[in-house]
Amino acid sequence: MDAERVVVEFPSKPENLALARVIATAFATRLEFTVSETEEISVAVSEAVSNAIIHGYGEDPGVVRMELAVVDGALEITVIDRGRGIPDVERARQPAYTTCEDRMGLGFVFMESFMDELSVSSAPGRGTTVVMRKRPEREGRDRAATRERLPEQ
Amino acid sequence: MRIETRTVGDVLLARVEGELDLSTAAAFREAIDRRLADGAKHLVLSLAGLTFLDSSGLGAILGRYRRVSERGGRMVAADVPAHIVRLLSLSGLQRLIPTFETEAEALQNL
Repeated sequence: MDAERVVVEFPSKPENLALARVIATAFATRLEFTVSETEEISVAVSEAVSNAIIHGYGEDPGVVRMELAVVDGALEITVIDRGRGIPDVERARQPAYTTCEDRMGLGFVFMESFMDELSVSSAPGRGTTVVMRKRPEREGRDRAATRERLPEQ
Repeated sequence: MRIETRTVGDVLLARVEGELDLSTAAAFREAIDRRLADGAKHLVLSLAGLTFLDSSGLGAILGRYRRVSERGGRMVAADVPAHIVRLLSLSGLQRLIPTFETEAEALQNL
């Protein structure tokens, strides 16, 4: 394992979503993301971890693993569960396809929209691994300049 | 996640603060539904204090929209942070739930 990689494992409970988001966004400060990009990363992480909790493990307790790294100037986030797995990943990734009513089938849609790259590998009974990457748009720019991108309230 | 509510005529005004995700969606649903059961017809979600929203939160919001619509009421949002507006828009919910700058405007437009 790469010495710079951060790995965190936590129980598949909804109360740990906020923790996962905070860890990921704190890690993301290593790169020059804007506030908007950081918010996007937060949503993407929340979707991936929610998937692991709801679909990976369902009612059963399990462990969600999140790995964080900077790879070639891009943030790389990996979310792994050893739960049920997805029988048909292609179909699962289609917008509005959902096996539960409560999230509008938007989990993968948001991960794809908000991250630059997304790969999902899964096998029934073996679990699911989601790898997401995002590169700051304003690479190399002065941090002060990004303050101008704060959204208006 | 905290919800503060007030009734203005037949409108339930709900101020939501904090994060709306899988861990808080159920509490959000229950709190709003319980207060809607008291008789309000319309719903204003005031979201200035909403710091995080994902698809679980959007699903809970959509569920409230359905409940209010079934009773012939309207649902609108007020004071929505820019990044939250974006999520409402991307999910298609902004077409169902109009957004207004202020609570006053939202109440006027019901």
